[in-house]
Amino acid sequence: MINYTLPEFLVDRDRDRCIQCGVCVRQCANEVHFFAPDGASLRTDDAKCVNCQRCATLCPTHAISIRKNPNQLRESANWQPQLIREIYKQADTGGVLLSGMGNPQNYPVYWDKLLLNASQVTNPSIDPLREPMETRVMIGRKPDSLNFVCDAKTPREKCSINSPGSRLAEPLPPQLELKTPILFSAMSFGSISLNAQKSLAMAAQRLGTVFNCGEGGLHADLLPYAKNCVVQVASGRFGVYRDYLMNSAAIEIKVGQGAKPGIGGHLPGEKVNEEVSKTRRIPEGTDALSPAPHHDIYSIEDLRQLIFALKEATNYTKPVFVKIAAVHNAAAIASGTARAGADAIIIDGFRGGTGAAPTRVRDNVGIPVELALAVIDQRLRDEGIRHHVSLIATGSIRCSTDVVKAIALGADAVYIASAALISIGCHLCRNCYTGKCNWGIATQREDLTRRLNPEEMSLRAENLIHAWTHELTEIMGGMGINAIDSLRGNRLMLRGIGLSQKELDLLGVLHAGE
Amino acid sequence: MKKVYPREEWCLGCKLCEVYCAAAHSRTGDLISAFKQEPKKPVSRIVVEGNTQHSIAISCRHCTAAPCVESCITGAMQRRPDGSIGCDETRCVGCMTCVLVCPFGAVHKGEGNKTISKCDLCTERGTPTCVEHCPAFALVYQENEEGGR
Amino acid sequence: MLKNSLREGSVRIPAGCAICGIIDRTGKRFSGDEIMKSIATMRERSNGLGGGFAAYGIYPQYQDFYALHVFYDSTEAKERTEAFLNTHFYIESSGRIPTVKVASVTSPPRIWRYFAKPDRNRLSESGLTEEEYVAQCVLRVNRQFDGAYIFSCGKNMGVFKGVGYPEEIGEFYQLHHYEAYLWTAHGRFPTNTPGWWGGAHPFALLDWTIVHNGEISSYDANRRYVEMFGYTCKLQTDTEVITYLYDLLVRKHGLDLETASKVLTAPLWEEIDRMTPEQQEKYKALRAVYAGALVTGPFSIILGFNGGMVALNDRLKLRALIAAEHGDRVYVASEESAIRVLCPTPDKVWAVEGGKPIIEWVRNDGLWPAIAKGSNHD
Repeated sequence: MINYTLPEFLVDRDRDRCIQCGVCVRQCANEVHFFAPDGASLRTDDAKCVNCQRCATLCPTHAISIRKNPNQLRESANWQPQLIREIYKQADTGGVLLSGMGNPQNYPVYWDKLLLNASQVTNPSIDPLREPMETRVMIGRKPDSLNFVCDAKTPREKCSINSPGSRLAEPLPPQLELKTPILFSAMSFGSISLNAQKSLAMAAQRLGTVFNCGEGGLHADLLPYAKNCVVQVASGRFGVYRDYLMNSAAIEIKVGQGAKPGIGGHLPGEKVNEEVSKTRRIPEGTDALSPAPHHDIYSIEDLRQLIFALKEATNYTKPVFVKIAAVHNAAAIASGTARAGADAIIIDGFRGGTGAAPTRVRDNVGIPVELALAVIDQRLRDEGIRHHVSLIATGSIRCSTDVVKAIALGADAVYIASAALISIGCHLCRNCYTGKCNWGIATQREDLTRRLNPEEMSLRAENLIHAWTHELTEIMGGMGINAIDSLRGNRLMLRGIGLSQKELDLLGVLHAGE
Repeated sequence: MKKVYPREEWCLGCKLCEVYCAAAHSRTGDLISAFKQEPKKPVSRIVVEGNTQHSIAISCRHCTAAPCVESCITGAMQRRPDGSIGCDETRCVGCMTCVLVCPFGAVHKGEGNKTISKCDLCTERGTPTCVEHCPAFALVYQENEEGGR
Repeated sequence: MLKNSLREGSVRIPAGCAICGIIDRTGKRFSGDEIMKSIATMRERSNGLGGGFAAYGIYPQYQDFYALHVFYDSTEAKERTEAFLNTHFYIESSGRIPTVKVASVTSPPRIWRYFAKPDRNRLSESGLTEEEYVAQCVLRVNRQFDGAYIFSCGKNMGVFKGVGYPEEIGEFYQLHHYEAYLWTAHGRFPTNTPGWWGGAHPFALLDWTIVHNGEISSYDANRRYVEMFGYTCKLQTDTEVITYLYDLLVRKHGLDLETASKVLTAPLWEEIDRMTPEQQEKYKALRAVYAGALVTGPFSIILGFNGGMVALNDRLKLRALIAAEHGDRVYVASEESAIRVLCPTPDKVWAVEGGKPIIEWVRNDGLWPAIAKGSNHD
């Protein structure tokens, strides 16, 4: 049989540098490197290489480099090589193409077309090293206004927040109080390793933010971090039980995921080992199917029932989030979700990551989070309900300025996942679904997950959020803003560059120079 | 006294510790020269036992009651002032008794005719090179088994 | 004539300024001479491109009527606006606001004054409170009637403003003929050259007036917050948005002035963390619910209303604001010199602390109807 699929990458070994130590052989789970029969010289099977860079990174003499296979199919602007390769693959297997991580296609990245403002003369910039700079956020439902009451004799207009004995007429609904507006996004045990989850859990606890255990339940080892865990209730309902909800920081109903809107999930039975079985609370060896929709949510009123069922189950002590994928009518969906009683809405853009998604869906379904966020924030304001709910943007937040821009467009906070994984070693090779992640992240193979040491890796994730938060305060200081509240929705701090009038209108920003 | 402790549960069996140890103790101290140009093959003082599924890196424990010191026929194997154990090569006759008595197998035959080779904690360089280069944090340099780095 | 595109409302114009205010806590009224002398001391803080005053208690004979002060660019604008006012209000009296020629004050618009009450039938049909009805009518004129701008619309009070140095504007309006128990003043240093009279300060809505020095960096967050509650920030100025914030918090949400001021200049989280659990609960709620109303960046403001005033500095104290007390008089100003020129030896002088509002009330001795700020009007 002819193998039509030629190696995508070639692995080069610099013979002058290579000391035949064999670290590459022992580290590649894809078995690209091997010793020749003589036991001394090294060989490669390039076809197996996914370009994860594990060998190149660990090679003590940097003798290894990986390059794109220069072998070219005949060029066509229409029949791009990737399309042809995919046809060969489908002709081989008859299956749906699968991919990992976020949409890599060349769509506009609006973060890169937004510029930030800074103070000059008429308004001083503020030095975050010398002045207080507040990044604390409160995620949850808020009423329109507050009402302070004193004793029965004091008239209301005389009752100030500082009057002796004054109190709130009604307590505030449950809020998630975070020291930084950066949260770790949902990644389940199953899609990533327990060590990867634990790394983020430990970092979140030290940082005063939260991680999200995804739909795979909360592993017993993570119980000490439950107070910093947003627990997910998704269409498969895996691992959901009373204590799971009660121990959490917040509950998230996952309706959709940016990487694969409208698509469910499938964890094959062979991956449901003892640990996964216990955590997901399903029998060992059974397929874990997450249906595409929640079969108890076929419309908005059903969502309301689930939101309130969860609130009832937790005695109204936990904020309930709803996560939706950024699709064409995101604004209307978000408005309905806010009115259905969600305490926060997560809007996941089409560049968001995934452990496995059908390639065609990942690359073609949904819209950029920047546009979805901008129109949702505006729609909720037009309806006078923006302040009732929190908005969390996610789907490829890559750096601190993406955070600043998201908040200025209207987000209360952002979720990061890909960036968090990169901080603990992910090299974005996008082969998560193969279960052979050489970095110990997207795998359950014990010899691979051991590559992630949570004690050490949590420091890296923690460093990343510290660094971003510091950069955030520097940029806020430059704008003369000393509280994140004053950056939220402050679109005057943004200017578009190289955007059409329509794009500017949707983003609600002026063009640079205006 | 600070020693190198292996953490078996994190060892990947990649053997980078061996590579760096051998190079550090070679004549030139340079990775490529040590392995490709020096006439004698460099020898590592730390050895990874096992395979990529289960492994542990073993090096001298610098025992409090050290069989190697007690059994040395010439008094070459000595405890240094800092508490570590080293071999005075001028006295060593290459009898290999220490190699035989070490309960950890952490003393090896050396590159030359008579000397032996064992972990010296890289005292001249500060941090042991094996610890510094372990990609999995499976080797730690600390006061005792539990921690206290 | 300045191009319309450079007016407030078309662009956002930051401005540096001088502000001052004087209140007599007994309610005794005094002429505009003093405030003009005070603001004139800070002449170098203005550049002749805007000055104005707010005066409270000046129309006791019309104290039940809303005093509408209006700028008209043309006779046609005046006719259209008057047609609107006549259908929506009962006009007790109307006429030009008396002015004199001042050499440096050039090209003033037509400036008219109406003492008006809402038309009873229309008011009851609207289902609105009287104040809300007046506010909506005024905002409608300002939004929809080209060439007409109602710049003052409270009871027994009035704003006088224009393009020029403040003391010259005061002379233009003959403020020494008016007597008020509370005066505030503003001299403006805008960063471009708009020559529009409506863009001068104070900004007013009903009896709220604000004079402001500084440039807030939270502007667009605050603007988009108040616009959710039905306001339209037409002028794009800090003063306008801060006025709306107070109006929303006090008149619509029923907060008292101290709490409302704490919303604008909320304590830092690190201060809240040190509070008692009871105070913490309230302040956390305040910051969570009113995050969009937090004002950051440098500002000092004097808020005037029927019955009193509030002086407030941003929470980091990035702008100057000095207060002094002498007998029943309280003075606030951007510079101490503007106080000492009137009152060389006050009983007490102090720098207003960041985020700590100074709230001064006139004792209600029956000279005018007490208007409780913070009552819900429902």
